[in-house]
Amino acid sequence: MLIVEDLHVAVGTTQVLKGLNLTVPTGEVHAIMGPNGSGKSTLSYVLAGRPGYTVTAGKVSFDGQDLLVLAPEERARSGLFLGFQYPVEIPGVNNVYLLKAALNAARRQRGLPEVDAFEFLGLVREKMKLMQMPETFLSRGVNEGFSGGEKKRNEILQMLVLEPRLAILDETDSGLDIDALKVVATGVNSLRGADRSFVLVTHYQRLLDHIVPDKVHVLAGGRILRSGDYTLAHELERRGYDWVVSEAA
Amino acid sequence: MTETTELQELVGRQYQHGFVTDIESETVPPGLDEDVVRLISRKKGEPDFLLQWRLKALRHWFTLREPHWAHAQYPAIDYQSISYYSAPKVKTDGPKSLEDVDPKLLETYAKLGVPLHERARLAGVAVDAVFDSVSVATTFKERLSAAGVIFCSFSDAVRNHPALIEQYLGSVVPVADNFYAALNSAVFTDGSFVYVPKGVRCPMELSTYFRINAANTGQFERTLIIADADSHVSYLEGCTAPMRDENQLHAAVVELVALDNAFIKYSTVQNWYPGDERGVGGIYNFVTKRGECRGRASHISWTQVETGSAITWKYPSCVLRGEGSIGEFYSVATVNNYQQADTGTKMIHIGKDTRSTIVSKGISAGHGQNSYRGLVKILPSAHGARNFTQCDSLLMGGSCGAHTFPYIEVKNPTATVEHEASTSKISEDQLFYCQQRGIATEDAVNMIVSGFCKSVFKELPMEFAVEAQNLLAVSLEGAVG
Repeated sequence: MLIVEDLHVAVGTTQVLKGLNLTVPTGEVHAIMGPNGSGKSTLSYVLAGRPGYTVTAGKVSFDGQDLLVLAPEERARSGLFLGFQYPVEIPGVNNVYLLKAALNAARRQRGLPEVDAFEFLGLVREKMKLMQMPETFLSRGVNEGFSGGEKKRNEILQMLVLEPRLAILDETDSGLDIDALKVVATGVNSLRGADRSFVLVTHYQRLLDHIVPDKVHVLAGGRILRSGDYTLAHELERRGYDWVVSEAA
Repeated sequence: MTETTELQELVGRQYQHGFVTDIESETVPPGLDEDVVRLISRKKGEPDFLLQWRLKALRHWFTLREPHWAHAQYPAIDYQSISYYSAPKVKTDGPKSLEDVDPKLLETYAKLGVPLHERARLAGVAVDAVFDSVSVATTFKERLSAAGVIFCSFSDAVRNHPALIEQYLGSVVPVADNFYAALNSAVFTDGSFVYVPKGVRCPMELSTYFRINAANTGQFERTLIIADADSHVSYLEGCTAPMRDENQLHAAVVELVALDNAFIKYSTVQNWYPGDERGVGGIYNFVTKRGECRGRASHISWTQVETGSAITWKYPSCVLRGEGSIGEFYSVATVNNYQQADTGTKMIHIGKDTRSTIVSKGISAGHGQNSYRGLVKILPSAHGARNFTQCDSLLMGGSCGAHTFPYIEVKNPTATVEHEASTSKISEDQLFYCQQRGIATEDAVNMIVSGFCKSVFKELPMEFAVEAQNLLAVSLEGAVG
């Protein structure tokens, strides 16, 4: 589903990704781990098309098409979802209004009819239940006055409603207590399936106890230095990242 | 492309209402003196008291100098080069039906959600030849007169209700009030008049649209609304159409009088021609709007959405004289390209326990300059007066400006005055967040801007709120995208 080849990315004059290779087959969950400043968030943003990240070399294909030529909203409509590490507040814009607009944008792209308000509300209520979110979420502004945990739950709620082909979750576990982490994991696991892939960007192995990945990659210094199965996460938890870096050097 | 560039491009997109309509009209030669004022008064068959009133205003105006304290820059206006009387020729000179009208123009109206009748009228079609709007208007007239509400053009009111005019005209905005009010008092040609009798709740929203016969009121219109004791009225003033006046100056005066327990809600959506993307042309919108809460527990609420005009200079104000009276001002002002807006309100607390609320949302894009200027004045007599002011600015792009000039004068120690202000930018984070959810940049901007204006839009009557949002989207079109 996602093939990243020799990706070089600069932010301003700083080269952050330096030849990154990554293949995520359809139906798999891959975890990207790595120390601070290794380029994890840059990878998430560049895949989603955030302005300010310049691809200096390499290519990315998503479902067989060249991802890098698409505008951010086109990537989203073709089924790429980014769960933000720091979801932004948009005061006065209703949370559900944004979500409905998002869903209908994706449906139009797929040639499906738009959902009406009634249908949509039914769908959202069902997903909110899964995420253990109170009704009041319906009437609030996008992330307006949300706690850190509420923001993350809201990201997963959006993912559940939008049902993307590929979900990139950027440090969705950071700032969550253990109960919230379980709720988030339940949400993600409920969406796992043969035709959907996930990229989990995280610092800690803790999330991976609840969402067991098919593969774990270590990103450091702008490249994937090591890949392995779920047990690699445990090894990292035990030994830290330094040994991976020094072995690769 | 960076989003700053995108913002600039969107800001730079062209004003979509920039069309010209040729309407033949009967116009007096430029210049202003007592003879011109006498001519206007004679053409309109006015009683002598009104002519004398106009002349008094003119003589005072000659002693005044054009004010330049507003945060706006423009060359001095040559008042002797303006023609002060222009009446459109008979309607049959216009296009005969909608088919004769430029489809682009109709498209714009459709985009704004202007009703079909209205589109025809705005396009200069002889409405009654095409639609059955005469009977529509008649139905409204019948309902209103059954309730005892007088709603007519100012000229009709002068003819049919001279006593009310003589009693109330200039009682809120005196002829000597300011430069533009004095000018308006001397040369105004028409406008609206509303009188709601005691205890009457006006059975419908009144709007300039329904007053079809007096649509072409020219650029010095005069509006007077009187709500007698225990009455209730909501008035909508829509300048949703592109401007087709040949002149640049628009100096209107609006006076509201609320007696005991009366409520007046006055909503404006202003979209005069703002000039082109280089700042050439556009309307100078220098308007004096003031309401007086004369009676106890009376209530005046102003809501305005200002998206047009090259320069806007207006401060819809409330004089809170009656004990326990309430004044409100809700405003969204948008500037794009080289537009300049200096707008706000004045809340003058005279009576005991008077309350006022000010919510101002300024949006600046392109090279636009947006100023909020507000006065909250608590006089020694205003025991227990309260004011709350919230004043927020939103910036789009790096070349625009937002300014706040709050004036607070408190002469009574029991008063409570609160002022909150904020300035923010549409952040790239917000835009990207929406885009990542599949929403196109332009829609995202509209969404964010509407969210910013929500607390004002919710004060507008339902159908107007939709129109205002559309208008905002159109006027910022090209400001993001």
